[in-house]
Amino acid sequence: MNPIRPPGPVPEPEPIGPSELLPDGGLPPFPTRDDAPGSPWVLFRRRFLRHRLAVAAVVVLVGLCILCFGASFFAPYPRAHQDLPLGAVGPSWSHWFGTDDLGEDQLTRLLYAGQISLEIGLAVAALSTLIGTVIGAVAGFVGKATDQALMRVTDLFLVLPALAVLALALQKFGHDRFTIIWVLAALFWMYVARVVRAQVLSIKEQEFVEAARASGASATWIIVRHVLPNCVGPIVVNATLAVAAAIVAESSLSFLGFGVQPPSPDWALQISDNFGHAFFE
Amino acid sequence: MLSHVGRRALYSIPVILVASFLTFAFVRATFDPTAKLRQSGTAGSAIRDERQRLGLNEPLVQQYGSWLGKFLHGDWGTSERTHDPVSSQIASALWNTTQLVFWGVLISALAAVAIGVYSAIRQYSALDYTFTGLTFIGLALPPFWFALIAIEFLAVGPKQWFHLTQPPLFFVNLHSSSGGIIDYFRHLVLPVLTLTVGIVAGWSRFQRAAMLDVMSSAYIRTARAKGVPRRRVVWRHGVRNALVPLVTVMALDIGALFGGLIITEKIFSIPGMGKLFFDSLLAGDATTLTAWLVVTAAFVVAWNLVADLAHGWLDPRVRIA
Repeated sequence: MNPIRPPGPVPEPEPIGPSELLPDGGLPPFPTRDDAPGSPWVLFRRRFLRHRLAVAAVVVLVGLCILCFGASFFAPYPRAHQDLPLGAVGPSWSHWFGTDDLGEDQLTRLLYAGQISLEIGLAVAALSTLIGTVIGAVAGFVGKATDQALMRVTDLFLVLPALAVLALALQKFGHDRFTIIWVLAALFWMYVARVVRAQVLSIKEQEFVEAARASGASATWIIVRHVLPNCVGPIVVNATLAVAAAIVAESSLSFLGFGVQPPSPDWALQISDNFGHAFFE
Repeated sequence: MLSHVGRRALYSIPVILVASFLTFAFVRATFDPTAKLRQSGTAGSAIRDERQRLGLNEPLVQQYGSWLGKFLHGDWGTSERTHDPVSSQIASALWNTTQLVFWGVLISALAAVAIGVYSAIRQYSALDYTFTGLTFIGLALPPFWFALIAIEFLAVGPKQWFHLTQPPLFFVNLHSSSGGIIDYFRHLVLPVLTLTVGIVAGWSRFQRAAMLDVMSSAYIRTARAKGVPRRRVVWRHGVRNALVPLVTVMALDIGALFGGLIITEKIFSIPGMGKLFFDSLLAGDATTLTAWLVVTAAFVVAWNLVADLAHGWLDPRVRIA
């Protein structure tokens, strides 16, 4: 496979008409590397920037990440700073989002809590995508008994009620951040695995894979170099959805009291702690 | 068709068996049934006797075997939390959850089909964009958020709206309720609404995509070309075909709902499966937890089977392949 060509369908070569012939009647020079439309990244950037909604979403997300991870710089009060005599007050200029029972600034807490939520969301998405891609690619590419075995395991994981198993697993393994990430990833990889397997099944029948095999490439090389680059689209889409799903799952668990434990700041804990008093005065 | 059904059904038996074994082993590894004795300072010999009585010294596979034998004969053990039989506990919880799921799914399905079909045949209209926006909000809300907002603004705030007792009660049994059927529905409004908001978002997107797909197919063009009235094209040729994928997704989602309503039931204090799980986990009630996980997994498998059957029934191409 030509490494310069971006993944995707091959464009039809344009027929060379008379107008494209050089003045002396000769053929134009054969296109070289410099005439290529650009590397996949260049193409990606150009197409992405043309999509206004996508750019807006990136600005919001990056802004959110900067605000949360730079909380020590942006937050109006130091972390876990309490103003006990003040107690719970509504929004004001000194406390934009108000304070909780202990006089802790809600905005400060929100920003620090965002660190945990974003960290868990991104880590779970990365980890589950990695696990799912490996399992899906191996199942799809190797096929036969390996495929059967791996897909049955996937089915098994899909049958278990996710939230309940998560709560139970966290009860067993503890509630620290890394455990939450591992346990969530262990229950998130099945979707990616199924998507990747389906993609691999169709890609491995194509000629370029056959060509690679004919020229003596190993299975690992073919998967990494020829098959997976052609599955990037669905994998990325799944990973972005997984970030959101992981954040919602984490906050659901924390809301029930099985996830992040107080006094760690957490978005769901902030809701369950403050609901009913400081929030709706 | 029969062999298709039979194959799927046979295949789900080992899945359930392995899932139940994993569940059993995992719960056994998480909770020690003698933990309470240990805390109360009971003598070591008493704990050893208790372990002997519960068969905890046997190999895990043997413990699983005897548990499975009893389970299949309907002896699900006694809850360590309430000292009631686990089977009757789960039966009553399942009945309550089923009512919630039934009304939630019924309303969601009607709303999702209506929204999806409208959005597809009036694609890019103002209302289509509105529905799309609302859908994304619905998908982005964590399940507990809408529930809390609904309680605050619809039940606690304007107290008179639903005439709920204070603190609000969100579930009354149909038989025990004094106010009859109206009272029953009045209490169910908010939980069902919460459930619906979560489900409709996903289903209506799905229905819209399926409907768009169908409406751009060749047989729709043919139907139009030969002069079939538009209404008939949309309903007879379009919606009927666009429902096939949605029915499959619905069946899969319904299976997951029986074990997936933990938060909704917890917030609204509905004595259903989710609440039972929550209470059992807090109390470390291993007997109930094992049975609960096996039952909910069985529901997922059973509804997967329903999804397969429905798909085969609605789309003959699946049966033949």
